[in-house]
Amino acid sequence: MERHDFKTVKNVLVLAEINEDGSIPNIILQLLGLGKDLASHFGERLYVIIIGKDISCASRELSRYGIDEIFSADDERYSEYNPDIYLPVLERVCKNIHPRLLLSGHTSICQDLLPRLAFALNAGLVTDCVDIKVTEGELSFTRPVYGGNVLATQRVRSTIAIATVRIGVGKPPAPSTVTGKITSLAPAFPVETHLKITGKTLVDQKDCPLGEALVVVSGGKGMGGKEGFQMLLEIARLLGGAVGATRPPCDLGWAPPSCQVGITGKVVAPDLYIAVGISGSTQHLSGMGDSRKIVAINKDPEANIFNVSDFGLVGDWKQILPPFMARLKDLVGNGR
Amino acid sequence: MSIKIIVCAKQVPDPEGPPASYEVNSEARKVTPKGIPPVINPFDQNALEAAIRIKEADGSKITLLSIGNNISRTVILKAVASGADEYLLVDGPELDPAYLDSQATAFLLASSVKKIGEYDLILCGQQASDTNAGQVGLGLGQILGIPSISLAWKVEVSDGRVIVERALPDGYETMEASLPALVTVSSLLGDLRYPNIQAIRTAKSIPHTILSPADLDEDLGRLGLLETITLTVPSRKRRCIKFEAKIPEEAGHWLAEKLIEEKIL
Repeated sequence: MERHDFKTVKNVLVLAEINEDGSIPNIILQLLGLGKDLASHFGERLYVIIIGKDISCASRELSRYGIDEIFSADDERYSEYNPDIYLPVLERVCKNIHPRLLLSGHTSICQDLLPRLAFALNAGLVTDCVDIKVTEGELSFTRPVYGGNVLATQRVRSTIAIATVRIGVGKPPAPSTVTGKITSLAPAFPVETHLKITGKTLVDQKDCPLGEALVVVSGGKGMGGKEGFQMLLEIARLLGGAVGATRPPCDLGWAPPSCQVGITGKVVAPDLYIAVGISGSTQHLSGMGDSRKIVAINKDPEANIFNVSDFGLVGDWKQILPPFMARLKDLVGNGR
Repeated sequence: MSIKIIVCAKQVPDPEGPPASYEVNSEARKVTPKGIPPVINPFDQNALEAAIRIKEADGSKITLLSIGNNISRTVILKAVASGADEYLLVDGPELDPAYLDSQATAFLLASSVKKIGEYDLILCGQQASDTNAGQVGLGLGQILGIPSISLAWKVEVSDGRVIVERALPDGYETMEASLPALVTVSSLLGDLRYPNIQAIRTAKSIPHTILSPADLDEDLGRLGLLETITLTVPSRKRRCIKFEAKIPEEAGHWLAEKLIEEKIL
């Protein structure tokens, strides 16, 4: 493999993704806050790279968040993610600007793209970080291992370090009237592509996407079937939130796989997480344990989920949820 | 067309084991799982299942590859009995997973793959259930210079190409590459089938090679880009305000009122 020599590195680069509607996801705003903090620590600059099609609005919006320079790769061919197409431009930017640190969200795209980049650059990559700090002048990265039962803090030996960061880690900066510089990148395309996307099937996303939801209503094995999830959906809609699930309901087809919350599904950190009929396995807890408030409803008073919850109701959800919804409608209706 | 498939499998402590069984040895920067039996990483089991499904369709040959320290023969044979045709183990104290990061692991696997020789398709789990890094499969593809596709829930081979349905946050897409290629497999593909009794009995006589780390011609001292500095056990414990109502209706009302009162909603 060809090796690039990163003798001196400087500045922090954030790989930004944008939502389908052109808005900026919370996780990216959080990363900008984290990136700015880390860059200031070294007295260095914060850069952003954004890759996509028709992204000039998003670039302008991003430029209000304390970024020194945005590199925008805007091209028709970037309209959908294909690692073959995205990797060359990202690799070239890293080789040109030699960042000390490249930050991205621990998102579906970056989980696929950044390992490729790390091996292409021979750079150390720490995935799914829950904390990044500067200690004794060096970056340290903390990530959950063993299903979240242990936290490992690591250092990166290569000069350039790469990290994917979990949702909820940095604090979004306040937008400012001073805007950063936007630089258009000439697209870099591979001579030939090896990966071909031949079809795409999307599920209906009219409800709030799980990763961005401020309220998540989740069900486990205790839901007993599809019907239970229908009630969770009603509550989620009432609260403007999303429905989640543990692994068994997804495996059994009670809930779509895209709903799975846990170390193998999605990691969420909403303001309110309501866990219904969920026992509290480690694999699930490591996907929602950072939620601000957690409510558990379970028949078994000894269920582990109560140990990690703020509010607990012992009983049958079938009897608890309908009056909960009714009372909620009353209270919300009363001009709250 | 029958092809040659390599499935990479890592031995891990059973992820279903109780949280209390993880003992942190800060000095050695190592986690010791107490009383948890080793298993094949569940995602690698999904990868093996993907391989067996291809084999059922076209009679492909499956080689199971595992590197590590003290790899349990019982664990390997059980997996092999599900449908592999041969296996290669690289076993030695230098390959203790506690001291190998993703980069080192991928390079050692690449050397092991070269020992196996010819192949058309490499299948790996999307990540290991102990370290959860999710880098080794894609990294191995990069080192070998072959196209890689991640997060498969369906893998088919036809006319020298691999056709993969891969999971997206809001659906799935179909991605293709020409062979040789590497695919990482998601748990959504389905569980590894149980071996039948006959296969378990004959698994011992399945052709195999056991190598030591020295056979791989890799300088272990030069590999590795991450260094673990501390390991801690996080506490998720919260003080739970519990409501045990005789009348469920009251519980539902209490929760709604509590959430409004505490300004959570």
